[in-house]
Amino acid sequence: MTDWIEVGVLEDIPCLGARVVRTAVGDIAVFRTAGDEVFALRDACPHKGGPLSQGIVHGKRVTCPLHNWVLELGDGSALAPDVGCTPYYPVKIENGVISLSLQPQSAL
Amino acid sequence: MKEKLVLVGNGMAGVRTLEELLKLAPDKYDITVFGAEPYGNYNRILLSPVLAGEKTIDQIMLNDKQWYADNGITLHCGKEITHIDRRNRKVVAADGTEAAYDYLLLGTGSNPFIIPVPGHDLPGVVTFRDIRDVDLMLDASSKHKHAVVIGGGLLGLEAANGLMLQGMNVTVVHIMDTLMERQLDKESGTMLRKSLEERGMNFYMPAQTVAITGEDRVRGVRFKDGSELYADIVVMAVGIRPNMELAKKSGIHCERGIVVNDTLQTYDPRVYAVGECVQHRGQAYGLVAPLFEQAKVCANHLAHLGYARYEGSVTSTKLKVTGIDLFSAGDFTGDDTTEEIVMKDAARGMYKKIVLKDNRIQGAVMYGDTVDGAWYFQLMRDGTDISAFRDALMFGESHLGDAGHGGQNKAASMSDSMEVCGCNGVCKGTIVKAITDKGLFTLDEVRAHTKASSSCGSCTGLVEQIMASVLGGGYSAAPKEKPLCKCTELTHETVRQTIRSKYFASVAEVMRELNWHTSDGCHSCRPALNYYLLCGWPGQYRDDPQSRFINERAHANIQKDGTYSVVPRMWGGLTTPNELRTIADVVDKFKIPTVKVTGGQRIDLLGVKKEDLPAVWADLNKGGMVSGHAYAKGLRTVKTCVGKEWCRFGTQDSTSMGVLLEKRTWGSWMPHKFKMAVSGCPRNCAEATIKDFGVVAVESGWELHVGGNGGVKIRATDLLCKVTTDAEVEEYCYAFIQFYREDAYYLERTAPWIERVGLEYVKKRVVEDAEGRKVLAQRFLDSQQYAQIDPWQDRASHDVEKHEFIPLKKVG
Repeated sequence: MTDWIEVGVLEDIPCLGARVVRTAVGDIAVFRTAGDEVFALRDACPHKGGPLSQGIVHGKRVTCPLHNWVLELGDGSALAPDVGCTPYYPVKIENGVISLSLQPQSAL
Repeated sequence: MKEKLVLVGNGMAGVRTLEELLKLAPDKYDITVFGAEPYGNYNRILLSPVLAGEKTIDQIMLNDKQWYADNGITLHCGKEITHIDRRNRKVVAADGTEAAYDYLLLGTGSNPFIIPVPGHDLPGVVTFRDIRDVDLMLDASSKHKHAVVIGGGLLGLEAANGLMLQGMNVTVVHIMDTLMERQLDKESGTMLRKSLEERGMNFYMPAQTVAITGEDRVRGVRFKDGSELYADIVVMAVGIRPNMELAKKSGIHCERGIVVNDTLQTYDPRVYAVGECVQHRGQAYGLVAPLFEQAKVCANHLAHLGYARYEGSVTSTKLKVTGIDLFSAGDFTGDDTTEEIVMKDAARGMYKKIVLKDNRIQGAVMYGDTVDGAWYFQLMRDGTDISAFRDALMFGESHLGDAGHGGQNKAASMSDSMEVCGCNGVCKGTIVKAITDKGLFTLDEVRAHTKASSSCGSCTGLVEQIMASVLGGGYSAAPKEKPLCKCTELTHETVRQTIRSKYFASVAEVMRELNWHTSDGCHSCRPALNYYLLCGWPGQYRDDPQSRFINERAHANIQKDGTYSVVPRMWGGLTTPNELRTIADVVDKFKIPTVKVTGGQRIDLLGVKKEDLPAVWADLNKGGMVSGHAYAKGLRTVKTCVGKEWCRFGTQDSTSMGVLLEKRTWGSWMPHKFKMAVSGCPRNCAEATIKDFGVVAVESGWELHVGGNGGVKIRATDLLCKVTTDAEVEEYCYAFIQFYREDAYYLERTAPWIERVGLEYVKKRVVEDAEGRKVLAQRFLDSQQYAQIDPWQDRASHDVEKHEFIPLKKVG
């Protein structure tokens, strides 16, 4: 049984942008794509821990602001040839309301 | 149902086209490949190191059979296509195998040219073209002693070197009196011969072969003058001819090769051809770089994108003989319209010749010291005006100053453990290994796999040099027309012109109308497009924050730990007790951990939490300070010295001039960061001659300097002109900035911009054309009315972009 936590509505996040959800176990970056899909990743790049929420969102990917690693929003994995992944969090949108599960998932 | 694509010729050009095609349209075709050789696709240009025993066959494989399986490609190895039935659109192999096609791609490569002398078909006469030839040569070298190589060109010398390293006694026979006469002039050809002789290679030249002697196998070679040489094997390496037999037989128009147009299409619109078998604008190419450029264009058309165009290639050559450095490119013979710069040091085995026409490089030959080959080649293809650094040209790029690489620019002589990329800590060995193990050919690939040269870029020349030394003739620096990014084939120039001519009004519209490969671009193109639109339509275009790098979106500089640094503006480097008090109070109030004086005469507050930024700015605003744009691709600082108000040497009021220029130019967005300085006398304490725009006061007025850089690559400014009045300083300054804003590519500083376009080009617009200068300056001032809005105040007091600075939610 997944515990869903409401974090806000779609309009709270700029299109092709991200916002941060502060939790006791660290920041989660919540992204919105051009197609209004929403994804959530731990707000730390697997490379040097850069805050992914500050990166440029393109397609279903985000570029880390520190050293331009590109990560898949869907599962947090780094785009080859870089290797690494950051945990992702399940997201659901119902009537425009975004909910997260705080259970981290990993592509590994 | 998918359309069918058949490739005839399982070689580098054809398979590269498939790779490019799969990137563009992975599911468009059912693909079938026919190859006459029983292998997957291997790197033919690395056969020389295999012959020399420096590499194994496995190491030069590019696509093994698994690759074809993984991509759903049907591979027929060892089956030679003998017939194209164009009416019924199918190909037929010698063993009867047939394959139907909607599109046919010919990549049949080339055949070695065999001189038709008596005895040319005797056992023991080999060519140097494929794995089979290498096996034959290796086998012969283990059983026999004497080899004769006919052909003193690139291929012949590499074969000769390989056989010599396998222990054979080798004589090179050449019809001309200079080695590699198509790539080298007489001087460098003679130096090459000398050093090969020192290694034990023998030469017999000029000599024309008339017969190969022997009965059941080769015994020797006879020449026109009646003399003979003893030989156990004879390698024919006199050149290659496009293999167009199949195309010709099928009625496809051929001349010296299969004739193709700029889309790599043959005279049969269903049939394309790439690689060594084609003739394009009268040229046939035998080096790998042009073939890859062709592959890219051909794939674009096979994917039915229909906009790429192949316009021919400029090539360069390197010899893959370990320990011999030789480079040649372009037209190095020259004529009465060209000039030559020559440097020769025979004792050191060093020779350089550069051929110039109208201050642009036409060609270059280098022997011994080839470290700057890639640089000259780049200057040549870019058509760069070299007059500004002509006096230093011969001494190479390193002579112009390159931070972090002093004295280490010799790619070939570097050990594997030496660091190449100081930003990312990448050693030469790592780069070499990635090139060979992963089969990398382009600078972009090396950047992606190793990170070398992917940060500040100052080691790019060195990385290219390493690539050239590993790949030999196979490597050519990145194509002249670099696409803006991987999302498009179009260049900065084209995109920018099209934005203007078609009145594109948004990033999305540009991408849609110019057929971007991606739905919403990437971190490279979005900021570039945003800038071009902003610069093109000031006041109309609405800035897109999501297309800005975080620093410009948050109006502060992100640090490695995710905090930000804040730099308030200090006009001309002047400050007051009140400003300092305000800064001190802010630092206390927000517990800012580090306060530092910057190189641009300001104060940097480091380690500010993002949520605190608006409050920090509000306090700084209250103290009368605004954003210093230390994060911006735009005006940064105007550094000044104290000038004649205080200084006993000062000739003008440099501080007031600096403040004035800063007041007028702050807030403007530019292709890259822009720094200015004003010095009050030629002692130049404000270091104006390494700034983008530097002003130096002299007794009679002001000197204006442009295009300096004190960072990655030190470049002293060029003198733009001298002026007498303050008003002139202003007008020239604004005009220069506006010209830079409108002409340079995004992320191009003034230094590389001026090196690319030439100082004359800038002078023509900014100095010589008085009317044009006024227009430029006015256009700059007009655009400033929309730009000079303090972004800090907007965010601190007017809730602009509020969501940027507060978390979406706090949980737990």
